[in-house]
Amino acid sequence: MASVKDLKTRITSVSSTQKITKAMQMVAAAKLRRARDAAESARPYATRMAAVIANLAAGVSGDGAPRMLVGTGSQQRELIVVATADKGLAGGFNGSIVRAARDYIGAQIAAGRDVSVLPVGRKARDQLKRLFGDRYIATPEAGVPSLARAQEVSDLITARFEAGETDVVTLFYNRFASVVSQVPTRQQLIPAQVAGSAPTIDLKGAGYEYEPDETTILAALLPRNLTTQILAAMLENQAGFFAAQMAAMDNATRNAGEMIASLKLIMNRTRQAQITKELIEIISGAEAL
Amino acid sequence: MADTLHFSLVSPERELFSGDVDQVDAPGSEGDFGVLPGHAPFMTTLKEGRVHVHIGGTQKVYEVRGGFADVTPQGLTILAEKADEVVL
Repeated sequence: MASVKDLKTRITSVSSTQKITKAMQMVAAAKLRRARDAAESARPYATRMAAVIANLAAGVSGDGAPRMLVGTGSQQRELIVVATADKGLAGGFNGSIVRAARDYIGAQIAAGRDVSVLPVGRKARDQLKRLFGDRYIATPEAGVPSLARAQEVSDLITARFEAGETDVVTLFYNRFASVVSQVPTRQQLIPAQVAGSAPTIDLKGAGYEYEPDETTILAALLPRNLTTQILAAMLENQAGFFAAQMAAMDNATRNAGEMIASLKLIMNRTRQAQITKELIEIISGAEAL
Repeated sequence: MADTLHFSLVSPERELFSGDVDQVDAPGSEGDFGVLPGHAPFMTTLKEGRVHVHIGGTQKVYEVRGGFADVTPQGLTILAEKADEVVL
């Protein structure tokens, strides 16, 4: 049985761990608020962009249509972008994205597809490395989401697509459903998914005028849309990460509290037992005299 | 016909302006243009430059880079890759 001193040491160590998890929880809560605001203020742009593209796509078809919209006509080569966070200590946050991506990649490879992987974030890079490390085309970090970061990733994708090295591009990230729930989500980036739900604009009978022509505008708009979608995914990831971290750290703090309580109980019992034992020794010694 | 134009200026990071205005002048890639209430549906790419927004007697100016302007009967939307308000 552990001595009173041993128990004291353990209690001290558990309470300093608790202090750390408590601090991390509070930091995550503060950052979560900021990340949610960022995700929300990026939404109008993404929504409008989707509406504009849906509008344009309806008018463009046939051979002149950009390949980013209609695809290359093949499904053989696929680039899979897996976006996670750089850091852990956030419960199952990174694990759930990686698991979803791993299952999907495995299935695509089994189906005979030519798969390459672009992990975004250190956790994706490390956790997929053993299985798919030889398929990596680059390993950018997630960092703090910004347009520049999203641009970096979208440039990698665009370059590969333009070079004719991939036909389909799929993105994995965690959609921020609520503070307690982040949903691993698969989204097709190329060919562009034209949102059927995007509000179509009522032109009241007038015809649209384009300057320059529709195809040129669309061709310029699609890479931007790609960047916007990646930025949106990064922002959702960021908000989800802090929410998951906050929950994980809240749990850890509570567990540490329970542990301290039970250790204290054992420590007090041990001390009491020792005192009782000493008293018995003294009393029986006195009686013997 | 409406006598004001609904104008919104959004960048990927935030919405800079949203509201009713009298006139917007923007730098189209094929020439600067002005939009008044009731403009015909029109879409164009933008070059780097300044967007002037006229509201009542006042004017707001934004520096924009890389974007699109979309005019619909509902109003004018400018999607700019980068946009900042210029303090006059």
